[in-house]
Amino acid sequence: MLGRGLRVLGHAIRTEPRLFIVGAIGSSLFGLLIIANSYVVGWVIGHVVVPSFASHQVDTGRLWLVAAIFLGISGLRVASIFGRRLGAGFMQFRLQARYRRAVTGRYLSLPPAWHQRHATGTLLSNANSDVEAAWGPIAPLPFAVGTIVMLIAAMISLFLTDWVLALVGATLFPALFGLNLVYSRRMSPRQIRAQQMRGKVSAVAHESFDGALVVKTMGREADESRRFGVFVDELRDSLIAVGRLRGLFDPLMDSLPSLGTLAVLLLGAWRLRSGAIGVADVVSVAFLFTVLAFPVRAIGWVVGELPRSVAGWDRVRAVLDAEGDLAYGDGSLPGAGPAELRFDQVRFSYGEGPQILHDVSFTVPSGRTVALVGATGSGKSTIASLAVRLVDPESGSIGIDGVKLPDLALSALAGAAALVPQVPFVFDDTVRGNIALDRPGVDDEAVRDALALAQADRFVAGLPDGLDTAVGERGTSLSGGQRQRLTLARALAGKPRLLVLDDATSAVDPRVEAAILGALRASDARASVLVVAYRRATIALADQVVYLERGRVVATGTHAELMTFHAGYQDLVTAYEKAEHQE
Amino acid sequence: MSGEGTLATVKRGLALSPELRTGLGGTIVLAVLQMAGRVAVPIAVQQGIDHGIRAPGGPDLGVVVRIVAITLGALMISTLCGYLMTRRLFTVSETALSGLRQRTFRHIHDLSMLHQQSERRGSMVSRVTSDVDQISQFLQTGGVQLLLATGQLLVSAVVMFVYSWQLALVVLLAFGPAVGVIRLFQKRLAEVYRAVRERTGVMLGAVAESVVGATVIRSYGVAGRTQARLDSSIEDLRVAQQRAMRTSVTSFSSGEIGAGLALAGVVVVGVWLGADGALTVGQLTAFLFLVTLFIQPVQIATDMLNEAQNAVAGWRRILDVLDVEPDVADPDDQGVELPVGPLSVRFADVSFRYPGGPIVLSGVDLTLDARRKYAVVGETGSGKTTFAKLLTRLMDPAQGEVLLSGTPLTSVRFASLRSRVVMVPQDGFLFDATVAENIRFAEPSLTGEQLRAAFVELGLVDWLDGLPQGLETEVGERGEALSVGERQLVALVRAYVADPDLLVLDEATSAVDPATEVRLQHALDLVTRGRTTVAIAHRLSTAQSADEVIVVDAGRVVQRGPHARLVAEEGSIYAKLYASWLEQTRS
Ligand SMILES: Nc1ncnc2c1ncn2[C@@H]1O[C@H](COP(=O)(O)OP(=O)(O)O)[C@@H](O)[C@H]1O
Ligand SMILES: Nc1ncnc2c1ncn2[C@@H]1O[C@H](COP(=O)(O)OP(=O)(O)O)[C@@H](O)[C@H]1O
Ligand SMILES: [Mg+2]
Ligand SMILES: [Mg+2]
Repeated sequence: MLGRGLRVLGHAIRTEPRLFIVGAIGSSLFGLLIIANSYVVGWVIGHVVVPSFASHQVDTGRLWLVAAIFLGISGLRVASIFGRRLGAGFMQFRLQARYRRAVTGRYLSLPPAWHQRHATGTLLSNANSDVEAAWGPIAPLPFAVGTIVMLIAAMISLFLTDWVLALVGATLFPALFGLNLVYSRRMSPRQIRAQQMRGKVSAVAHESFDGALVVKTMGREADESRRFGVFVDELRDSLIAVGRLRGLFDPLMDSLPSLGTLAVLLLGAWRLRSGAIGVADVVSVAFLFTVLAFPVRAIGWVVGELPRSVAGWDRVRAVLDAEGDLAYGDGSLPGAGPAELRFDQVRFSYGEGPQILHDVSFTVPSGRTVALVGATGSGKSTIASLAVRLVDPESGSIGIDGVKLPDLALSALAGAAALVPQVPFVFDDTVRGNIALDRPGVDDEAVRDALALAQADRFVAGLPDGLDTAVGERGTSLSGGQRQRLTLARALAGKPRLLVLDDATSAVDPRVEAAILGALRASDARASVLVVAYRRATIALADQVVYLERGRVVATGTHAELMTFHAGYQDLVTAYEKAEHQE
Repeated sequence: MSGEGTLATVKRGLALSPELRTGLGGTIVLAVLQMAGRVAVPIAVQQGIDHGIRAPGGPDLGVVVRIVAITLGALMISTLCGYLMTRRLFTVSETALSGLRQRTFRHIHDLSMLHQQSERRGSMVSRVTSDVDQISQFLQTGGVQLLLATGQLLVSAVVMFVYSWQLALVVLLAFGPAVGVIRLFQKRLAEVYRAVRERTGVMLGAVAESVVGATVIRSYGVAGRTQARLDSSIEDLRVAQQRAMRTSVTSFSSGEIGAGLALAGVVVVGVWLGADGALTVGQLTAFLFLVTLFIQPVQIATDMLNEAQNAVAGWRRILDVLDVEPDVADPDDQGVELPVGPLSVRFADVSFRYPGGPIVLSGVDLTLDARRKYAVVGETGSGKTTFAKLLTRLMDPAQGEVLLSGTPLTSVRFASLRSRVVMVPQDGFLFDATVAENIRFAEPSLTGEQLRAAFVELGLVDWLDGLPQGLETEVGERGEALSVGERQLVALVRAYVADPDLLVLDEATSAVDPATEVRLQHALDLVTRGRTTVAIAHRLSTAQSADEVIVVDAGRVVQRGPHARLVAEEGSIYAKLYASWLEQTRS
């Protein structure tokens, strides 16, 4: 544990060497000044106090010199404190910021499949408290390094003063280190457990607040509190376990230097009697042990933080080292106008789960609209996300205009194809920000055109600040249909060459839908469309229908053809009509 | 509220967590005893020098040994006291804070839906996690240190006065300016630490959004923009942290200057006094030790006061939430039970507006009879969901009143209301658990067979059997390992097993395919016969099978009656809606 902890620290030092040096120099200076101060105190007692007390005479010049020295040391100490604290603090904050950027950068580049395996709450704590934990020992690190310098200097000065008194230090300092080591070893599992429980509590809270509406409508507040309480109690117990251990070690570590002072007194008296040393030496050394007590604790702080640091670092590294990035090629899609989409023998399953798609093949010819029809759970959304390469197939291939998706650059793909997902996602941003997404070429005019096309212009005009209205986290201030139109407008604003609509017009009036699909066939904003739909009106607008059953394409053709030839298809799309006849 | 002083916050916090004071007296006694042990050492040094080392007849080892032995005993007692004190402190503070976490958690759930939605989730989560952690960290490290430091400060001040009141005055004078500076800095510190906590919240919000919206970000190729936003929120936090650091170091170093002044002053004045014979060498030496014992706690206290600002900022955020009275409150003991049997509904001239928004529902006045099935239709944004939320008392009307079987909703105890009235919201939220656990959320006592029976009754057992692990299939976070329509099926079964007398469905099957929906509709009609059902539907198939249809347009009820009659009203909104429905389903 100690070794791994030190390696994490080494990594930190290599990353921010300059700030570390500032901090280390500051705190070494601080330590040396502490030793200097002790010797000055000893010297003052021996050479100023004792003579003038004996002679009842005051050497004023000397006295002012002493005062000046104390003040000088104090001034230097202020400088060293600034160096030590700012160096350490800035180092810690910079490291935190750097790793937060790195971790969130990974979040953005890891594929949706990875995201599905990791809860939002966990990812939040990776970027927040795990990064914090990893660099927790940085704050006291330069202090600890300075303390080590100080201890070495103290040992040297002790040996220069008197070897017997030096033996006290030679016993005491290793004892302090040893105690720290035992402490960190025993603390480690407790800290790791506490950190795990913190993560759990955070995850439960996150999920519970996320589902607050369900909790409320079912009146389960008390049960949720009980569920949360179980984890909170465990967290409490694990923190109390940490506290017990600290209660044992902290006072011990506190009193060790005091033992040193007493030993110095005892041995000093003996050495003094044999005339080996003077009063000033005893005072200096005793003073030294008194002031050492506090800085020596800094080592304990670092060592004590190491287990938590390693735990946090491991979790951070797991994100940074996560694999499975979708590799993008550098292919582009030259040409303009609608693009062709082609699925060829595509198979797919989620993780280790059952196979969801079986040899799916179909084509959306350039400029055409293809409807994807199938029962709930038949794999339509899966096909939609494969089409814009949110996931890659297990086998088979998908291509746009003859280029395989993995060969395309991300920007080329994102520029050409747009997916409107089944569940609309709205950013905590203004209406304009949500639609433009700062994409080049999407100016206010494009935003307005897209809103008009998605029939969202009227309700946006009714919002308090129009385009500048902030819509709240996940668009809470909008109705479900309004959110859907906003995401539709977002897709249209980019003038895609291939548009994938995953049941994205369910809340839109059919006439509106017809207008949208019609506009996509018009000359200026032409696009090929793959549309997941249940409505017959929508399906009828399509040039072709691909009918799915349990992940297999069981029929392809025009709506009229399928109506005549495929019973399953007919049952699905005429369900409402049939129900009505039965009434 | 946010302008309140540090002390006021701490007082309020302590009032809300009285457990924190459990056994405080004993803890303080232990802390003082631990302190006393530390002060014993300089006294031992003084006694040792004056009576042992500088004894008239040369160093007297016997005296020194005796002094050391006594001090050793004191030190051991002090260590023991330290152990007992830390244990007590951890137990008491963690117990109290776990209570605070739970109370805050419950309070957040008790807040009204609108209030919950006005807060970011990340920020609510931090109230029960990192904000509490700040307090606990402070109480256990800072708090102990502050307590010990105060004890040490007092004890060493008293001892200093005993040794020499003149020198003690010198020390106090030397620290005077420092204390002034530190006090001056407290306000700025409070500000900079508040900024740190706020920016932490903003950063967490940005991270959460980039995680939740990961697929959208990817499919629009806007990772660059998102990263830029993340980076700037991360940088903003770093800048705030560094500013807080600079402020606290400046405040801290003023104590250091005080220390230098004190040492210099003590030596100068001490030598003058000693030359006059008013002081022994041992006394002056002890005094120099005492000064360091006095300096240390001043430095620690300054440091801890800085940390305290951080903790107080967290505490304040929690208290601000706890202070909010839930505006849609449970009448609890003053409330009544809903009358037994099927429920009727009455909206008496109800109007509603969202905070700061325009009127969304106006003058809705209608009665729904018990045991009947109603469909609510209207364009998107017309106010249907708002109607459902008022009906289930997720919100209270701005004007008018909602009554169930003649009982005003506001007077109904939540325990009664929530068990008899259940709504299936537009997006069927599922917990990250199995299908079975998600359904048991509504009725924990259900056995596996009963769960299965519910699927059978709703005609969904084939779907259930198609799942890889049946009832034990994990649904993923927010149910994302199921297709959207499948999530809605589970949410519906969950509401069904709750066995309500009034069932409100808000487009609960909008993502389900027509064949399944029709089957489900029939099954639901059978099993909910005899109860009151209000179904908001975008698909008019639901409306056709309802006993009565209520048509909402721009926040008003414009038509109501059986489907056949409304369709016949030529030129009416419903006739148009129906024509368009026919167009979508028949072409
Ligand atoms: N993330 C996932 N992990 C595991 N299984 C999934 C996941 N998403 C969907 N499925 C399963 O894959 C099947 C197809 O889902 P989907 O493509 O969403 O269907 P739909 O046709 O309704 O859009 C369903 O059985 C669903 O349970
Ligand atoms: N939480 C909210 N805050 C502000 N406005 C809201 C909120 N929820 C809905 N609205 C607005 O109220 C109107 C009615 O919404 P809603 O009842 O959800 O419509 P729908 O009939 O589609 O269910 C819409 O214009 C919507 O923008
Ligand atoms: Mg789907
Ligand atoms: Mg709605």
